Amino acid sequence: MSAQDISLTVLAIIGTLAAFRLVTTRNVVHAALSLVVTLAMVGGVYLVLAAEFVAFVQIIIYVGAIVVLLLFSLMLTKAPIGRDALDNQQRGLAGLVAAAVMGGLLFLVTDSFHAEKIVPVHTTTEQIGSTIFANFVMPFEVVSILLLAALIGAVALARKEEP
Amino acid sequence: MIGATVHLTIPLVFAGILFATGIYGVLARRNAVLVLMSIELMLNAVNVNLVAFSQWLKDTLVTGQVFALFVITVAAAEVGIGLAIVILIYRNRETINLDEVNLLKW
Repeated sequence: MSAQDISLTVLAIIGTLAAFRLVTTRNVVHAALSLVVTLAMVGGVYLVLAAEFVAFVQIIIYVGAIVVLLLFSLMLTKAPIGRDALDNQQRGLAGLVAAAVMGGLLFLVTDSFHAEKIVPVHTTTEQIGSTIFANFVMPFEVVSILLLAALIGAVALARKEEP
Repeated sequence: MIGATVHLTIPLVFAGILFATGIYGVLARRNAVLVLMSIELMLNAVNVNLVAFSQWLKDTLVTGQVFALFVITVAAAEVGIGLAIVILIYRNRETINLDEVNLLKW
């Protein structure tokens, strides 16, 4: 066990506990706060894996923007408190499906990769930038069009109709 | 710390647990905003996988990390549209419980 292994395990355990809390809590604001913890731990995993640019983008966009957006919509809609108000009746079936998916994934992953090691190589922002603008120009432009369309669509949807 | 190794299974197991938790949240929650949060969990699991495999394969083009950035961008667009729809539904129906929104139910 290297120091990276230990820190990754700690980050993963905290992130997992916060994710469980996110899907079981009875208070929607607590769910949003648990989401912040999980996203921050995922950012920490990226940092330990030496992917610093992705880690900072994760913190800025997810924790900074998306969670604020989610909190705003929680405040704008009525948020009842209590298990029956937040969960539907198929909780047991949902747990069964999730447990099956988790069991399958964990078996496949540990069976295939149990001996594999990563040697984290520091990834500079310059590398990512040159890859995007040398090899992925077309997806980059498509994503920018997508963001523009999503922006216009969100404004058009949420705008109040003029009387 | 140069040369220290990480077991590949740790991030992969973390991603698997996050993905399964997201599936449970999507299936079991009634509140539309909580369902969107669970979808974010699943997208994050995918990103953890992409970054872990990008480092494992020693990819000089860092394709996995670039794709993780694209996934983050698309997730931001998805949340924006999704929350606009949620707020529109709330304005019209006074509820965002997914089992009460049955206008398009066949």
